[in-house]
Amino acid sequence: MIVGSIAGIGAGLAAIGAGIGIGQIGGKAMEGMARQPEAASKIQTAMLIAAAFVEAVALFGVVVAFLGTGNVQ
Amino acid sequence: MDLSHIFNLKKTAVTLISAVFLSVISVNASAQQQAEADSISAAKVEHAPEGEKEESISQTILHHIADSHEWHFWGHDEHKVSLPLPVILWTNNGPVSFLYSKHDKDEHAKTVFTENGQNLVNFHGKFFYASAQPNAHGEYIEVDKANEVVNAKPLDLSITKNVVSLLISAAVLLIVFISVANAYKTRVGKAPKGLQSMLEPIILFVRDDIAKPQLGYRYAAFMPYLLTVFFFVWLNNLMGLVPFFPGGANVTGNIAVTMMLAVCTFVLTTVNGNKNYWGHVFKPHVPWWLYPLMIPVEIIGLFTKPIALMIRLFANITAGHILILSLISLIFILKSVFVAGVAVPFVIFISVIELVVGFIQAFIFTILSALFIGMAVEEHAEH
Repeated sequence: MIVGSIAGIGAGLAAIGAGIGIGQIGGKAMEGMARQPEAASKIQTAMLIAAAFVEAVALFGVVVAFLGTGNVQ
Repeated sequence: MDLSHIFNLKKTAVTLISAVFLSVISVNASAQQQAEADSISAAKVEHAPEGEKEESISQTILHHIADSHEWHFWGHDEHKVSLPLPVILWTNNGPVSFLYSKHDKDEHAKTVFTENGQNLVNFHGKFFYASAQPNAHGEYIEVDKANEVVNAKPLDLSITKNVVSLLISAAVLLIVFISVANAYKTRVGKAPKGLQSMLEPIILFVRDDIAKPQLGYRYAAFMPYLLTVFFFVWLNNLMGLVPFFPGGANVTGNIAVTMMLAVCTFVLTTVNGNKNYWGHVFKPHVPWWLYPLMIPVEIIGLFTKPIALMIRLFANITAGHILILSLISLIFILKSVFVAGVAVPFVIFISVIELVVGFIQAFIFTILSALFIGMAVEEHAEH
């Protein structure tokens, strides 16, 4: 049981990091689009790619948490 | 000239599409709720003690996202309505095959059956060689301290739910795209029509927003792969959100499927890698005494890219399914039907988000594949 809880805390910490990262990316992308609306589509693509990289880290956390609780197949 | 009819047409189409989406989503929510209610009440009957309730809910959720030998429709135990799928096992005595319905009555390894001279048991939908003696719970298997079964198991080559779902989506993609390709052949120079006009913007989106920016003028050679991956991942993501028969299998949330897709991208990058790409790996632009550090790092980098692709798609889709099922399970954890008033609308909301996530993940997978291939075929590495 205690293993599960600690893995959960780890996943939560990973989510905090990813939240900060995606928040920064989204905020800066908004700023960029507001300053230069004609570049909006390019900024959006780059934003999604960067967000995917950041999100992957949080998902590694989730997967490791699952492995920690021994529930994944 | 009056153009209002185009506007009307669009409005009708948009209304129709949103109506279909809404109905699918509401059916999704209610069907999942129904399935959940059935399985959790069944689980409760089995595990009467209070302490095991949460365990059974998390097991139910994991059971719902796992692969299976049958396509379950509704009901449990003797009232079960499901589509049994063929089980193909490679045992010590050679291949064995039977329909899952033949040996699905007991999933707790309490009865041993014989196929081709081999004693087998069914334990939670997986087949193991039976132990000679039952254990303390009357099960013909041995478990270690971590509750893992230690019995040997035959090689399982079955047509499982995920495999059938893969075949269905492959068939759908073939039918749709062969007809669209034929339409392009027969209607050269004319405006697109029907399915063709529905898919053309998406195909052009893949070409102009994914392939061209990453691959430059070499995009044409990789378009078939990128289009296949994009539509395959997208269709499977969407089919995973449909709760009833043709959908409902968690295909892109299965790590073996995403691994194969990532391996395809890895093979394409490795095969197409040019002098610059390999030069980057084996002769990086750093002082020579850093080579012992840089070369291993670069070689690891070759493998982490497809591994990240694999984990990203798998974890995103699995997390989405777990989230929806957990929200429905809230009703059973808090033991009040009024929680449904909050949980079901929230599940509908998350399902709509999952529709977007399904598209974004297909897009991300394709654009990252294009990016990695682009890095491999790029002529002048400036950095």
